[in-house]
Amino acid sequence: MRPILEVRNIAKLFKISHQSAGYLSLRERLLGVFRGEGLDREDFWALKNISFDVAPGESLGVIGRNGAGKSTLLKILSRITPPTKGRIVARGRIASLLEVGTGFHPELTGRENIYFNGSLLGMMRREIEGKFDEIVDFSGVEKFLDTPLKHYSSGMQLRLAFAVAAFLEPEILIIDEVLAVGDVEFQKKCMNKMESVAKGGSSLLFVSHQLGLVSKLCKNTILLGNGTVLAQGESSSIIDKYMDSVGVNNEFSAVGKANAQPYFFKRVRTLSIDGASAATYSHAEEICIEANFGRNETIKNVHLLAAVNNKNGQRIFSSDICLDDYTLSEDENTFKVTIPRSTLTPGTYSLLLALHIPNTVGYDMKDQICQFSIYDGGSEFTHFENRWFYGDVFVRCRWELVDGNNHQ
Amino acid sequence: MMNDNIEFVVDADRRRMLNWKELWSYRELFYFFTWRDIKIKYKQTALGFAWAVLQPLLMMIIFTFFFGRALNIPSQDLPYPIFVFSGLLLWNTFSSGLTSSANSMVNNAHIIKKIYFPKLIIPVSSILVALFDFLMAFLLFVPLLVFYGQPVSFMVIWAWPVAILLTLFATLGPGCLLSSLNVKYRDFRYVIPFLIQVLFFLTPVIYPINLLKYPFLQYVLACSPMYAAVELFRLPLTNTELNHSLVLMSVVSGLLLMAIGIYYFRRTEDFFADLA
Repeated sequence: MRPILEVRNIAKLFKISHQSAGYLSLRERLLGVFRGEGLDREDFWALKNISFDVAPGESLGVIGRNGAGKSTLLKILSRITPPTKGRIVARGRIASLLEVGTGFHPELTGRENIYFNGSLLGMMRREIEGKFDEIVDFSGVEKFLDTPLKHYSSGMQLRLAFAVAAFLEPEILIIDEVLAVGDVEFQKKCMNKMESVAKGGSSLLFVSHQLGLVSKLCKNTILLGNGTVLAQGESSSIIDKYMDSVGVNNEFSAVGKANAQPYFFKRVRTLSIDGASAATYSHAEEICIEANFGRNETIKNVHLLAAVNNKNGQRIFSSDICLDDYTLSEDENTFKVTIPRSTLTPGTYSLLLALHIPNTVGYDMKDQICQFSIYDGGSEFTHFENRWFYGDVFVRCRWELVDGNNHQ
Repeated sequence: MMNDNIEFVVDADRRRMLNWKELWSYRELFYFFTWRDIKIKYKQTALGFAWAVLQPLLMMIIFTFFFGRALNIPSQDLPYPIFVFSGLLLWNTFSSGLTSSANSMVNNAHIIKKIYFPKLIIPVSSILVALFDFLMAFLLFVPLLVFYGQPVSFMVIWAWPVAILLTLFATLGPGCLLSSLNVKYRDFRYVIPFLIQVLFFLTPVIYPINLLKYPFLQYVLACSPMYAAVELFRLPLTNTELNHSLVLMSVVSGLLLMAIGIYYFRRTEDFFADLA
């Protein structure tokens, strides 16, 4: 099958002129001509040699740090700005949502804005009329349809804007982190809509910092860095690479003024078995978590809990101990807990630590701290790599053939 | 528009021809931009569309008083109010169309930066808004003709639509040129009102061109693309002979400006999103 979007050797050069405003003043240009000098400009390649394909119906995620060139790539793909070099072939209608509600005007009513925005996004009037009721229904603003937009709350404006975009039916949909806003319920609604768009056969190009969302929506992902494609492939493996490149921080220490809580954390870090601070482990290594806490009171039945989160922030398992059995000092108590070897599968993880009385009261909780990653140092699972998602934990299960009659 | 055969290519070096096919596929957006601008222009105004009529009417009264009465400027055997109003009808279309189209790209920068569509739609739509104002004012022009008992020669009534078309062409060229220059150099924002003021006095709108005694000067003034439009618009009203060479000069100048304007616009439009 021919790709619906072919991107070949795209590069983009920006001339950075050293002045505050983005535009030029004619005077400076003329003065430059008379002095026989060019403007003081610097070349900046925002993108260099980007190539990739998108197959019909494929969802492709684009991730990378700020300044990696994600926005520039999106602008080029949505034809807002031309590439300096290279070529793009698109075999279908592209709709881009780089912003929700582009062209919304505060003086126009909700109804008028639906028509104008829909038309901007490339819908014909007939199409908008046909979907009008659905759009209004999805947005939930039917009572205010004939009210000028300036009287809408920002949440209502957002819902209306997304509703118009949701009913586009392009072959290629380009989305830039527009979901980062809005209340949780509406976000869920948008997610479902986007998933159904992707399932409906449209190709999706999704740029986001929310890695969990990327891994959920997109099968494949490309990682951009410094204007080039650093890696490209299955989303989960690319996200791991990205996490590595971001630089994992496996140490946590509480900063600021003294904590008034009865129990409070001071330092947490991950150690390898030889006691050195470490952020990467082979899957066959033991992982030690060292937690240091202080206390202001002595309370019965306080537990210290450590839990491991996967890269999407989902809890994998927890482990805790009751502190009643130990004699504690006032300000420095260091506990060490060891995760057995071959427990976690290759990937990136973070910790949650808590001091609490179970189901009663929490004194201190640190979530998403101490990132560390695990690589496959050659396990019995290696043959799955790139083809199968391991899951987060290795489990040694017992297999047996039950129907023994056919087998002596 | 759900067409599986759409294929487009973005190439780093491409041609600058007008893409008629694409403009046609976006034809509804011309309507929507015009419609939006008209709505916004007259929203929250107490008099609404009446402003489109009031402006030329008030200007006519002022000009009639100063130029017609006080200075006694000749008016091609027409009552001076008819003479000046017929000129102002088109001139206002030109000047308001030029002002709004010249600022249109900068004013719609937030849209250009976020979404793709043929950018030519923006200046063209601002000119269409001016055309709407013209139609409103024209509704006053007809009773005015009746009031002054002005005979209209229906043999040459074709000159009216031709004059309107010429006005649109005359506006489009400088409008496109200035709107793209304005994106790059904001200086033009201040040049535009001044330019229009100068052009107003250089174009025979409130005085007839033969007020100038030297044929050479007449040719210089005929370079104004609005001269032909105004002259043709008055054709069904006067018995004055049309000066064909002067009118042709103005038409050619208008078409040339239009070609330059659109060419420059096309050449620079790709980079508006980076500059605006």
